[in-house]
Amino acid sequence: MRFFERWAVDPALVLAILVLSLFGLAVIYSAGVVYIPNPVTQNAWIRQVEWLVIALVAFTLLARVPLRWIEWVAIPSYVFSLILLAVTLVIGTGAGTAAGVKSWIRFGSFGFQPAEIAKIATILVLARLLSQRNEPLGSLRDILAPAALVAAPLGLVMLQPDLGTAMAFVGILFAMLFWAGTPVALLLLVASPVPGLILSYDTVIWSWYILAVVGFLYFYRYRLFLFESVAVVLANFAAGTIARPLWNSLKPYQQNRILVFLDPEVDPRGAGYQIIQSKVAIGSGGLFGKGFTMGTQKRFDFLPEQHTDFIFSVVGEELGFLGTALCIIAFAYVLLRLVRMAQDSPDPFAGLVLLGIFGAWLVHIFVNVGMTVGLVPITGIPLPFVSYGGTFLLMSWVAVAIAVRVAHER
Amino acid sequence: MKVFHPHNRRHRAQGAMVVVLLVMGLLLAAFFRVQVLGSTTWTLRAESNRLRQLPLPAPRGTVYDRNGEILADNVPGYAITLLPGPPDSIRATLERMSAYMPLSPQRIDRLVGDLRRYGRELVVDPDADFTVVSALEERRVEFPDVYIEMRPRRRYLAGRAASHVLGYVAEITADELASDAFPDGRYEQGMVVGKTGIERQYESRLQGEQGLRYVEVDARGRIVGDFAGVTSDPAIPGRDMRLNLDLDLQEYIDHIFPDSMAGAVVALDPADGGILALYSAPSFDTNEFVGGIDADLYGQLLNDPQRPLYDRAVLGLYAPASTFKLAVAAIGLDLGVVTPDDVMPVQCTGSWFWGNRVWHCHNRAGHGYNNLAQAIANSCDIYFYQLGLRISLDNMMRRATDVGFSRQCGIDLPQESTGIFPADRDFYRRRFGYSPQEGEVLSLAIGQGANSQTPLKMAQFYTALARDGSAPPPTLAQGIELGEGWALNLSEEHLAALREGLRKVTAPGGTAHLAGTLEHWEVLGKTGTGQNTQSVAGTAADHAWFAAIVGPFGGPPEIVVVSLVEHGVSGSRVAAPIATKAADFYLRKVHGIPQDTIQTLGEWARTRGWPRWYTERFGGGG
Repeated sequence: MRFFERWAVDPALVLAILVLSLFGLAVIYSAGVVYIPNPVTQNAWIRQVEWLVIALVAFTLLARVPLRWIEWVAIPSYVFSLILLAVTLVIGTGAGTAAGVKSWIRFGSFGFQPAEIAKIATILVLARLLSQRNEPLGSLRDILAPAALVAAPLGLVMLQPDLGTAMAFVGILFAMLFWAGTPVALLLLVASPVPGLILSYDTVIWSWYILAVVGFLYFYRYRLFLFESVAVVLANFAAGTIARPLWNSLKPYQQNRILVFLDPEVDPRGAGYQIIQSKVAIGSGGLFGKGFTMGTQKRFDFLPEQHTDFIFSVVGEELGFLGTALCIIAFAYVLLRLVRMAQDSPDPFAGLVLLGIFGAWLVHIFVNVGMTVGLVPITGIPLPFVSYGGTFLLMSWVAVAIAVRVAHER
Repeated sequence: MKVFHPHNRRHRAQGAMVVVLLVMGLLLAAFFRVQVLGSTTWTLRAESNRLRQLPLPAPRGTVYDRNGEILADNVPGYAITLLPGPPDSIRATLERMSAYMPLSPQRIDRLVGDLRRYGRELVVDPDADFTVVSALEERRVEFPDVYIEMRPRRRYLAGRAASHVLGYVAEITADELASDAFPDGRYEQGMVVGKTGIERQYESRLQGEQGLRYVEVDARGRIVGDFAGVTSDPAIPGRDMRLNLDLDLQEYIDHIFPDSMAGAVVALDPADGGILALYSAPSFDTNEFVGGIDADLYGQLLNDPQRPLYDRAVLGLYAPASTFKLAVAAIGLDLGVVTPDDVMPVQCTGSWFWGNRVWHCHNRAGHGYNNLAQAIANSCDIYFYQLGLRISLDNMMRRATDVGFSRQCGIDLPQESTGIFPADRDFYRRRFGYSPQEGEVLSLAIGQGANSQTPLKMAQFYTALARDGSAPPPTLAQGIELGEGWALNLSEEHLAALREGLRKVTAPGGTAHLAGTLEHWEVLGKTGTGQNTQSVAGTAADHAWFAAIVGPFGGPPEIVVVSLVEHGVSGSRVAAPIATKAADFYLRKVHGIPQDTIQTLGEWARTRGWPRWYTERFGGGG
């Protein structure tokens, strides 16, 4: 027991994540149990075991690296990952169903996603930038620099295109700005053009929304420069204006994903298929599920991407609401633990890193789990520690190592 | 304000925790809604998701002959079914399948059309060859949507002997599917149905009810197994049926019928009109038709000048020739224009001058003066010309039509030709465009002229002579309700006179003595030599007829056989032995007398010399 505590550095967090990783292995194994076996998915769990071993070794080493090394490596790794992302756009390849995108760099049989490295590098470099301030970020001008730091990798990831990972960068930015003292109201104002973009499909609703934003700005006027208020309003107007052309510029499959999110039955055999089949799997799981490996939707191959993006559908079908609830609670515990560790860290850098990781995972968990039940449009984004995927598992454990390292520096 | 002061950190940490709880609470609520509140709906959907209905074909009823011998039964066969999908991909699959099985582009077009119309699984081949099945099974991975199932396959044990009677089965066509004869609820694409003969006539009885089977399929439509939750709806097998046919007799006739010749043999049971044999030569093997006949073979059968697919027994129309003289005699007796003992005023000298032309008898030497029985025995044309004139053309037309010579027999087969006989003088105007002279009756009186009958019809007529002058419709199936037969309206005395004539035909000196004399049975017979367009033109021989009424001496007749051999030249030499040998075979079988290959007097005389039973019966040598 003492050995575990020493190895884990933060036993509470690491134990929860270790349990989640082992649980993920079991679900990946189950996802391969289908009536007409597919050698790739059937043996996925074995490769995941190999990656988990590598991840644990990486964790063991990184959790013992001096904090200063981590701080020092932030800028080089950020630059390096930007270069990697740029290179990926040229020589990158797709994988699985997302064969058309460029998000992987391959050396023979080994492949990794530079965006996973970029996430951690961005967290570190942002943490260094924000930890040097002593005053809270009070204005739009203050958040310009951090936003730009995130915008660079985010833009490169969008070009791949990988919407899911891009959303993770947004999560990182907002969580870290929040921890660096940016007022919530300001964050909401910054985010306000995004709902505006969506609501613009109906002019009346959008007009009410703009009125609400302007009203909010009026009550908040003493905290902002005039030009900032004007910028927010202009951004909202711009969002409303470009909504239509932006919609038209989306690829048909992207448009479909949004349409079927609103109503999956629009196209039950096509774009709505994944949402419907996933909901059928989860819904038919009921309270207690069909039993481990016994899911019929899964066995009959109705579930899309059942060992990666839709792994949570397998959880829902086989373990029921009991399983999904426990799993969600476990994730909630991990997130809450990260917040708690940040709260307890006197070092600004440590707190910011922890919140960055928190922001990335929160997005991953909410989007991945939410899409399986139709709460969020389908986005290719894996579930940390549970989804099949070597580099993602490794980098998630690297994040854990960094988290426990920075949190326990004395 | 110190941003990272512990107080501020706690404050923001609380904010972050609220966010976590809100997000996770939202997820929990969503899962609760789907998994707990909506579970029943989704569970139902999960089951319907993976269930597919597949037809469970019903085995057709077995067809037995009168002795319980199997004529048609089922053996296990294979059907190749393709699960439904987008028409384009189905077409692509069919095109790939055509490398391993015969699938013409037309067939593929039709199948894709069926898919568009019915939108359900496609029976690509209801009865596939084993080689095709194994070729596809080997490539299971290439054809994930192809489903191969066991399905009963029709087998005809009688082979070519009973092919016309039994008919054959094949896949239902789009036209049949659209017709009322195949109601929608019961018939669907890919089913195997009766096309001709008994199979078609008793289709609804033999077919049975197709069942349903539920199988589980995966997302790509590949069948994973039977569904345990819902019991399948079993198929109801078709009903068995028993025919009046005697398979041994049928096969015997096929065996003795001259190989290169065409013709027909009909054998009826005079007791009830049951059809003991119904044979048409040349024949074909119906087994070739099961599951789709090879196109080359079918073309060969269609283009064969002998027309093997044509059922001469019920469809062939021939001038009945001298076999019709009995009908003329019956009409004369019934009308009272002749008595059995009357002798016609003009004696037969081989020819007769009447109405500006010479009318010949078949025997150019002449028969002299004949009474009715003698005229029948000699088949004297001169006698019947005069009898015809006594009857008159109008009476002849009216009475023969009344008796049924321009009607169908009412056999239980899907097709039967209607006998052709002029009902009135208008018939000649309609058909030939002229008004008939009284002289037409001369042709009609000897079974020529505008008179064409099927072998079946003549068999029915002789059955009436073998009975009390009435005859039920000839029937194949046992236990069916008989339609209306017909009656000749003859007194016992008149019937006896006619039978006496028929008896003389096979008696010493009669036209069919050699072929019509059997060791164990009394044969009443009548030969016929039918002119046809080719024989009149001189390019081929006349058709040969023989009608036989056979039974034990002193008892009622037990079998009526009519044989017709196209271009067989002589009724007595070619047609008669077939009829009498068939009757002998049947009666020996029924009465438990050992079969013998030497049956007729003619055969005896050629091989074993004059038999003792002959001298015992007739005294002296023939």
